[in-house]
Amino acid sequence: MRTKETSEKEPGRGPLTTQLQLATSPSIKAVKAARNGRSTLSTVAGWAIRIFVVIVILEVISKFVSAEAMRWDVVGSYLFSPKVLSGVGLTLFLTVVAMVLGSVIGLLLALMKISNSLLLNVAADGYIWLFRGTPLLVQLLFWYNLASFLPKLTMGVPFGPQLLEFDTNTVVTAMMAAMLGLGLNEGAYMSEIFRAGIQSVDHGQTEAAAALGMSRRNAMRRIVLPQAMRVIVPPTGNQVISMLKGTSLVSIVAISELLYTVQVIYARTFETIPLLVVACIWYLFLTTVLSIGQHYIERYYSKGVNRNVPDSYLTKFKKVFGLGGRQPFATKEIAH
Amino acid sequence: MNADSDPIIQIENLSKHYGKLQVLRGVELNVYPGEVVCIIGPSGSGKSTLLRCVNHLEKPDGGVVRLQGETVGVRESRGSLVELTPAELARQRVDIGMVFQSFNLFGHMTVLENIIEAPIQVLGTSRSKAQEHAMQLLEWVRLEGKENTYPRQLSGGQQQRAAIARALAMRPKVMLFDEPTSALDPETVGEVLSIMRRLANEGLTMMVVTHEIDFAREVADRVVFMDGGAIVEMGTPAEVLDRPKEDRTRQFLSRILKSNSAAQS
Repeated sequence: MRTKETSEKEPGRGPLTTQLQLATSPSIKAVKAARNGRSTLSTVAGWAIRIFVVIVILEVISKFVSAEAMRWDVVGSYLFSPKVLSGVGLTLFLTVVAMVLGSVIGLLLALMKISNSLLLNVAADGYIWLFRGTPLLVQLLFWYNLASFLPKLTMGVPFGPQLLEFDTNTVVTAMMAAMLGLGLNEGAYMSEIFRAGIQSVDHGQTEAAAALGMSRRNAMRRIVLPQAMRVIVPPTGNQVISMLKGTSLVSIVAISELLYTVQVIYARTFETIPLLVVACIWYLFLTTVLSIGQHYIERYYSKGVNRNVPDSYLTKFKKVFGLGGRQPFATKEIAH
Repeated sequence: MNADSDPIIQIENLSKHYGKLQVLRGVELNVYPGEVVCIIGPSGSGKSTLLRCVNHLEKPDGGVVRLQGETVGVRESRGSLVELTPAELARQRVDIGMVFQSFNLFGHMTVLENIIEAPIQVLGTSRSKAQEHAMQLLEWVRLEGKENTYPRQLSGGQQQRAAIARALAMRPKVMLFDEPTSALDPETVGEVLSIMRRLANEGLTMMVVTHEIDFAREVADRVVFMDGGAIVEMGTPAEVLDRPKEDRTRQFLSRILKSNSAAQS
């Protein structure tokens, strides 16, 4: 070993000094050799891991393709059946409604939390505490069974005269319970995302807006929120994807979204696994589309900031295979 | 300056605490139309706080600031002071431009969008009028051709000149500069100071918190030296910078000059 040799020649030197010397030493060949020796080992380990990963992937695929219960013809026949498609539609509808409701509530809660009013702070914290601290499934069941606790919904003065009165069961249908349950729960999570985003914007931006005579509302709308979006969008993308899958929970209140639809079918035909695969294919397709959309939204909001933009898969592939304009610089060096 | 004209800014007995720390102790200062007042002093002397009280970014605990006789941020009501509504305060701030140490340009907007935002939103100027004015201002601060650039792509000096253009777009009666060159690379300090010099020559009323003693000597009508939250000494540049009466002023100036010559050698 080279390191040993040098330190034997100069016993006064510690290992760090020798290493430093190595870096400046003119005998580049020896350094390269040492580097190659190290890289052989890591190359072997690297390839072992790669091969192992490929084997695992092939094994999983082969199990799915060849298993007895895995009837791909059944999957194919149900994938685009009208019932399943309407289930997909309802899943999307619930996702959109719940995310819109959740975002509106979330923004309001975030503004309440950063306001100077103690009452608003406490109210927002209480809401978040309640909705984040109880399971979504329980909340859905609660809204679904609201009528047993409040047979009549009334509006008016608390403890005083009531002005409007509705029958709970006609207002809070299963569908309404599902939308309320998902949306109100989402609001609690979105509020934290909005708050973090708003607080990530430098206070100087608000001060500059104020010094120019902008109202607080316009400063928030025109200056702070657009810049907060850069921080808000990535976790919100996660929330949308998580919501899309979370809508499957409302199958508990018999809403014929995607999961409930396939459950009804397999309860009759006993083709459980193929139908669950049908549902999975749709969930995967939709989440993939959402992820791609998220990438472009992130890129839009990063204007004026030239970093933090993740590579799209297309760019990643181009980099791996050396396509596209910019060559990986390792190849460049070798070429020279 | 006109001795017989009324002051445009009157600072009366201004005081401010942060917890137990008293940052302003009864500051009294009048600024007359067209005057350039440079405020110097060691860090923590309260000079930035004083400036930020002028447009009510900081709320003073005692005393008032008047702009053309009108109290800023507060209203006198039955012998006591009441905070203005945010809308009323915003209207007052239109007349007081401010330039910050860290520029605070809106990062998601181009230079042009930065400049036209407030005129359109606050003054109700039409977009075409605002753009026309913005282009004139950009030329004036020598940033022609940079209108579609984002702040992050500009040097510090360019950003600060864009920020000055943004403040000027509101046609303020007074401009406040809070250490406008302290965050800049030494080679870009000069370009910002030359813009400020031209503004002073145009007759704009300016309050400048700065460490640039040479700029103060050349441009200021009056220099104010602050220490410990109070005005220690105030007068013409020659009086304060060349023949200071107070020991504290002398000490501060010798420290500044020593560090300046150390930086140059």
